[in-house]
Amino acid sequence: MKKTLFDKVWDSHVVRKVDNGPDVLFIDRHLVHEVTSPVAFLGLKNRNIKVLYPERTFATADHNTPTINQHLPVKDPLSANQLKALEVNAKSHNIPYWGLGHEKNGIVHVIGPENGITLPGSTIVCGDSHTSTHGAFGAIAFGIGTSEVEMVLATQCIMQPKAKSMRITVTGELNEAVTPKDVVLYIISKLSTSGATGYFVEYAGDVFENMSMEGRMTVCNMSIEMGARGGMIAPDEATFAYVKGREYAPKGTEWDKAMSYWKELKTDEDAVFDKELNFNAADIEPMITYGTNPGMGVGISGGIPNAASIDGGAATYMKSLQYMDFNEGEDLLGKKIDFVFLGSCTNGRIEDFRAFAKIVKGRKKADHVTAWLVPGSHKVEEAIQQEGILDILTEAGFELREPGCSACLAMNDDKIPAGKYAVSTSNRNFEGRQGPGARTLLASPLVAAAAAVTGRVTDPRELKTLESV
Amino acid sequence: MAYDKFKVLKSTAVPMPIENVDTDQIIPARFLKAIERKGFGDNLFRDWRYNQDNTPKEHFVLNNPIYNGKILVGGKNFGSGSSREHAAWAVYDYGFRCVISSFFADIFRNNCLNIGVLPVQVSEEFLEIIFKAIEADPKTEFEINLPEQTISVLGANATESFQINTYKKENLLNGFDDIDYLLNIKDDIESFAESSPL
Ligand code: SF4
Repeated sequence: MKKTLFDKVWDSHVVRKVDNGPDVLFIDRHLVHEVTSPVAFLGLKNRNIKVLYPERTFATADHNTPTINQHLPVKDPLSANQLKALEVNAKSHNIPYWGLGHEKNGIVHVIGPENGITLPGSTIVCGDSHTSTHGAFGAIAFGIGTSEVEMVLATQCIMQPKAKSMRITVTGELNEAVTPKDVVLYIISKLSTSGATGYFVEYAGDVFENMSMEGRMTVCNMSIEMGARGGMIAPDEATFAYVKGREYAPKGTEWDKAMSYWKELKTDEDAVFDKELNFNAADIEPMITYGTNPGMGVGISGGIPNAASIDGGAATYMKSLQYMDFNEGEDLLGKKIDFVFLGSCTNGRIEDFRAFAKIVKGRKKADHVTAWLVPGSHKVEEAIQQEGILDILTEAGFELREPGCSACLAMNDDKIPAGKYAVSTSNRNFEGRQGPGARTLLASPLVAAAAAVTGRVTDPRELKTLESV
Repeated sequence: MAYDKFKVLKSTAVPMPIENVDTDQIIPARFLKAIERKGFGDNLFRDWRYNQDNTPKEHFVLNNPIYNGKILVGGKNFGSGSSREHAAWAVYDYGFRCVISSFFADIFRNNCLNIGVLPVQVSEEFLEIIFKAIEADPKTEFEINLPEQTISVLGANATESFQINTYKKENLLNGFDDIDYLLNIKDDIESFAESSPL
């Protein structure tokens, strides 16, 4: 039978099939962070068992950490307690732990690829829904709940039925200022937040083939926002070049062996997907969201749709606009904003900082805007300094914070105040996601940069024109 | 973590006819700092339930004593967003044993099943019937029969069957969890691991 990329990786990891039940899936690598793991470790303790394969398990602190003064003790006692618990658990189970201040510390989905933990054709899980990020390497990667974290710690397996398969193909040339973030926001706006529920998505077509690894990660990252279990892209030369030489990646003959497996990781020509969708790159504009789920996005020059044009509940739609204090039919361009957040596992990598810097270079941060620029890891932070991006940012009146999830989920002090508008490069605009009452507009680093210097929702293409005048 | 067995549940229900209820609403991130599974029910739907000064919001359904019971009925696409199992814990800890919707997000559904909360997916039409029945009389009782895989509106002659995979059903009926199963086949796992390079 012809197989999809997803089939190939999934089937090669099935330890056994349960009759009329799920598959027992072997997990190559398990990433652990402080928020979703403590109760799982407690479960191991109650069962009196140890982590089965600590060498396949990696722990970092990211969700609940401050992004300033990381060298000082964590102020919030509950957060400090949770961080301590992870440190103690990691030590007692011999798991590598990259805590606050460690050179490899950063957002779990940024440091996995950076250190070569994320490999093509592998299975990767983490107690975090954006684990789908790692699918950019042709891995099956998805988020799990805490019971499953305990399960993987105890047995290195999870029990799940195989998802249905969907292929999303985007072909053609991307328009000016259209980034991977816009591509994925566009797809979600077409599918809605539940359009891919029950599916595992493969992204195909020249748009993804021509994307950098960072861009592919941005796309796969947001697969969960269309409801998908995960998303993946077939590995190619760009993937191999990225992985090669990274600390935990195979070396020498191991590398050659791995490569012969990885090169097979493509969907067979006649393989059949349960669902196929096709989009045209030319139809995609820089995107922005106006509502309270990531499916509520439009091209930046389009206005807020009328309730009548929306499928599904008008009541839910109006509730969402009310939360945002927006009206049907209104323009988004020109809306005054208060905060800009550049960061998260969606857009907190070096490429995102380069894009942001490109726009703010030679301009100044708008006075009324508070900007939080949060690198995804210490390695990203280092690259920002080395490439001279820090100088550009400083010159334009911005400051860089220390790595972590930060305002993406606002578990630490980085909370957008109630009623304030934030243009954010993260992945969720749910009510209160960035702080109680916070109003989030999701966008690319270019749109975020344009908003940061003008203080308003601005089409980045306009700033480019100004430049050339 | 072992949980109570689930067989037949007869109860009134709490209606929440809102679509796309995400896990950030079910339990906001700032309440995820605990290192034990305790007390999450107090913060279930925190920001919809309480004002910033912690006084209850009058119009929110959990603050309306007319509605109670062990069943939560939500609109389409319930539980989207974050994988936090804390959302399922909060639902359980508040006292719900069953969530009904016409569509569930994957991870939330899984998390519920793993902790002994039964997610029951019904058709859009049946969901409407349930909401109408509660609206007409908040004391309407529902019966969720797991062995038979049916949900009924008691006294209204309305029944629909629902799907659940046999393995998960057995687990719920017996109060087992996946880890018990997996620990039992540890030898298989270990030999698989040997053939699977890092
Ligand atoms: S940056 Fe946001 S989405 Fe990514 S792991 Fe952290 S909290 Fe989750």
